[in-house]
Amino acid sequence: MLFTSYTFIAFLCVMLAAYFLTPKRAQWITLLVGSYVFYAFAGAWYFVFILFTTVSAYIISRLLHRVKQKEDEYISSVKDTLGKEERKAYRARSKKKRFNILLWGLVLNFGVLAVLKYTAFAVTNANNILALFGKEAISVPSLLLPMGISFYTFQTCGYLIDVYRAKVEPEKNIAKLALFVSFFPQIVQGPISRFGELHEQLVAPHKFDLKNFTFGVQRILWGFFKKLVIADRVLVAMNTMLDAPENYKGAYVLLLVILYSIQIYADFTGGIDITIGIAEAMGIRLAENFDRPFSSKSTKEYWRRWHITMGSWFRDYIFVPISVTRPMLRLNKALTPKCGRLVASKVVAYTARTVTWLATGIWHGAGWNFIVWGLLNCLVIIVSESFEPLYKKFHDKFPRLTSSSAYGVFMSVRTFLLMSVIRSLDCYRNVPLTFSMWASMLTFKGIGDIFSGGALELGLGVSDFLIIFIAIAVVFVVSKISDIREKLYQRPVLSAALCVTLFISIIMFGAYSVGYDASQFIYNQF
Amino acid sequence: METVIKMLKELHPDVDFESADGLIDDGILDSLDIVSLVAEIDSEFGIVVPAEEIVPENFNSATALFKLIERLDEE
Amino acid sequence: MKKRIITGICAVLITALLLVILNGLVVPKYTDNAEGLLTREYYDEAGDHDVIFVGDCEVYESFIPAYLWEKHGISSYVRGNAQQLVWQSYYMLEDTFRYETPKAVVFNVLALKYGEPQSEAYNRMTLDGMKWSQSKIEAIKASMTEDEALIEYMLPMLRFHSRITQLTRDDFKYIFNAKKVSHSGYLMQKGIVPMTSAEEQGRNLRDYTLPQTAMDYLEKMRLLCQENGTELILIKSPTNSWAYWWYEEWDEQVREYSKENGLAYYNFIDDVEEIGIDYNTDTYDAGVHLNVYGAEKMTDYFGKMLKENHGFDEIEHSQAVASAWNARVEEYYKERNE
Repeated sequence: MLFTSYTFIAFLCVMLAAYFLTPKRAQWITLLVGSYVFYAFAGAWYFVFILFTTVSAYIISRLLHRVKQKEDEYISSVKDTLGKEERKAYRARSKKKRFNILLWGLVLNFGVLAVLKYTAFAVTNANNILALFGKEAISVPSLLLPMGISFYTFQTCGYLIDVYRAKVEPEKNIAKLALFVSFFPQIVQGPISRFGELHEQLVAPHKFDLKNFTFGVQRILWGFFKKLVIADRVLVAMNTMLDAPENYKGAYVLLLVILYSIQIYADFTGGIDITIGIAEAMGIRLAENFDRPFSSKSTKEYWRRWHITMGSWFRDYIFVPISVTRPMLRLNKALTPKCGRLVASKVVAYTARTVTWLATGIWHGAGWNFIVWGLLNCLVIIVSESFEPLYKKFHDKFPRLTSSSAYGVFMSVRTFLLMSVIRSLDCYRNVPLTFSMWASMLTFKGIGDIFSGGALELGLGVSDFLIIFIAIAVVFVVSKISDIREKLYQRPVLSAALCVTLFISIIMFGAYSVGYDASQFIYNQF
Repeated sequence: METVIKMLKELHPDVDFESADGLIDDGILDSLDIVSLVAEIDSEFGIVVPAEEIVPENFNSATALFKLIERLDEE
Repeated sequence: MKKRIITGICAVLITALLLVILNGLVVPKYTDNAEGLLTREYYDEAGDHDVIFVGDCEVYESFIPAYLWEKHGISSYVRGNAQQLVWQSYYMLEDTFRYETPKAVVFNVLALKYGEPQSEAYNRMTLDGMKWSQSKIEAIKASMTEDEALIEYMLPMLRFHSRITQLTRDDFKYIFNAKKVSHSGYLMQKGIVPMTSAEEQGRNLRDYTLPQTAMDYLEKMRLLCQENGTELILIKSPTNSWAYWWYEEWDEQVREYSKENGLAYYNFIDDVEEIGIDYNTDTYDAGVHLNVYGAEKMTDYFGKMLKENHGFDEIEHSQAVASAWNARVEEYYKERNE
């Protein structure tokens, strides 16, 4: 069930009504049932996997909790009799035990994800190697990927780690945990929520609140606007270029790269707006996933503002643990006398970062393009970090220039282009092709072509470009006004007028129900 | 406490760590500094800072960091 | 709080109003292609017809109600559309019985060859003009091709919204009222393009069985007429071009069906000479359809048959009905002799 399908809109209306009509205490049950109905639309078979994740997470979290409880009880009972060192040793032993339990949970859940998502990729690559030795190829299995498995697996494993770290109390009721795993608005594309932030809200009763509801509906409309008016329209031109990349080289590559940035921004942030809006209408606050990412002045900043919940997941559960593991500490210690503490720390941090980005790339999809994409991001961050002293010198030398707003715009545009180009790897989905396209892009060939009518042969007409342009301008202006919703809430008439305009714009200018061609209705007689 | 300040000063000599209380939030310390600090705490105090303690609240000021070390030592 | 709620209600009303206007603007007006307007015109004349014709283009290009009235005093209406599928004809009949109970229903059998939904454009042209009823919903459900959705029929703008950037003067002119195009469902064609490829026949088929779905709807049509005490007459129009060939094998199946159920079935293909149709002058598209001159001959011939074989020789009409028909006859000749 796509967000942009009539079925989903109908489902959503029923869901919202059902949620507020359910007695407060049972509201969470309505949500769970709704989430499972939503999931059932994707395929009944997929339930096996999400139930597996739910049940295994439940068992593991209970076990972790029991060991921790025992540990705490023991420590408090022997507080006065046992020495500090012995207490520490006991804690370490118990922690080790908990770690082993956690490991089971992670291996099981990531294992399922890995098998389903990466088997085909692994076998294909193994075949390539086998072919080198003239061996016969293994048949590539085609496994169906359950809807949202990357998102719910990560969210659930985050929960397990939080229980292990004793940051959250594990849920006692498995049905309530099931809701955390399957909450329908966010299961397809995130945001990846933290148990500590989301769970209480999911199971708590929520009264109908006009303000929350209005805000939620506004946000949903805004999401649909971005998705339908901008993203799906831009997609038409992109698909034309991607269907025959050999015909669209030179400046066209740059056009594609920019269009893709616009498309993915509108599509992804629009989708998240819908997700957050749905939750908000019910009085549930989800974590924000974007913070005007295209205004970032550096790659590092960009990654703090784009797909925030994913970035912070990888930071908290992969980057940080790796950089403070004992082997890393030992490495740091060993290197420090030889090359100084700064370099030693750099080696450690960069290693952890590379692993993190590799994992980020792989998480995005089974393909070399994603791996290369992850590593390139990592490289850009490391390189720009290494040049930081140089930048600083430059900035100190020309303070007037570098503090001007034009320089800020320059930095944002630079970051935008850099990120856009790297991102085009998942457009072409083919690493050598992408590289050759980048090379051809640098020639800027055909730029005159684009402006002398070429752009209009990509499946979009003048009116389409006009609509896209105006819609982007609207998105830009809205992003510049802080607290826009609060401000509008004070002026209900204006707010209502804008909502009506937004709704009508979506209906009239959305690129939905595509494939419709006006000319097919103007034809000659039967 | 002095050791903590000294450790921090080594990383950023120009910052007044005695009063600063937004080291992470204001972007003074980055991930590289954290890695250094954790290594330093390990060699200086023999305390391993576990991953779950690496959160902004524990690194935002010298005092917070000192309290963290004390607490880890106590446990 | 109160103010907010009132504002909200106003916003909903204004939105609804805007949607109605915009919907009127973007739906196709079919000004270049009158075939999209046929269905809706029925409701202006619904009631008191002796005969209702249903079927595809072969009915609305072959039978002229005004002419049938003039020559034989039989009142009729043609509920036909381009590629009107059997189930569409069936639901159209259901719809018709809501307004009137004719003495006879005449169904042209060519559409029996289709057992599956065919084309969105034809669906739209046939169904969009129907008034809302359970029959229309069923007709839509039975006709939708893969990517169509019922809601897009209920709110046509969901389908046609992208025309907002291609509006023409006609879209404003006919925003809430369509142009009148037919004469009681007959669409006049005055051109003459002689048939040139009389020898060409239809290609061989792999399977000559008429689709079961189509036959099932024919059966439903029969039962519906039976219930209402209306006679169902099956016909095959006289045209038979290679593009829409009527196969012997199909004819046999229909013949058998009609015999089994005691229905009259007339295949006019072999009666062309008797009817007096000359394919040099009586077709506007090289033999695929009849033009107005051919249709007049066909109508006259069929009127005689109705009188001779189906008891239409002694029907009477009220003064009001007669004068309405005389006006239609006048209108008909006005366009014919223009």
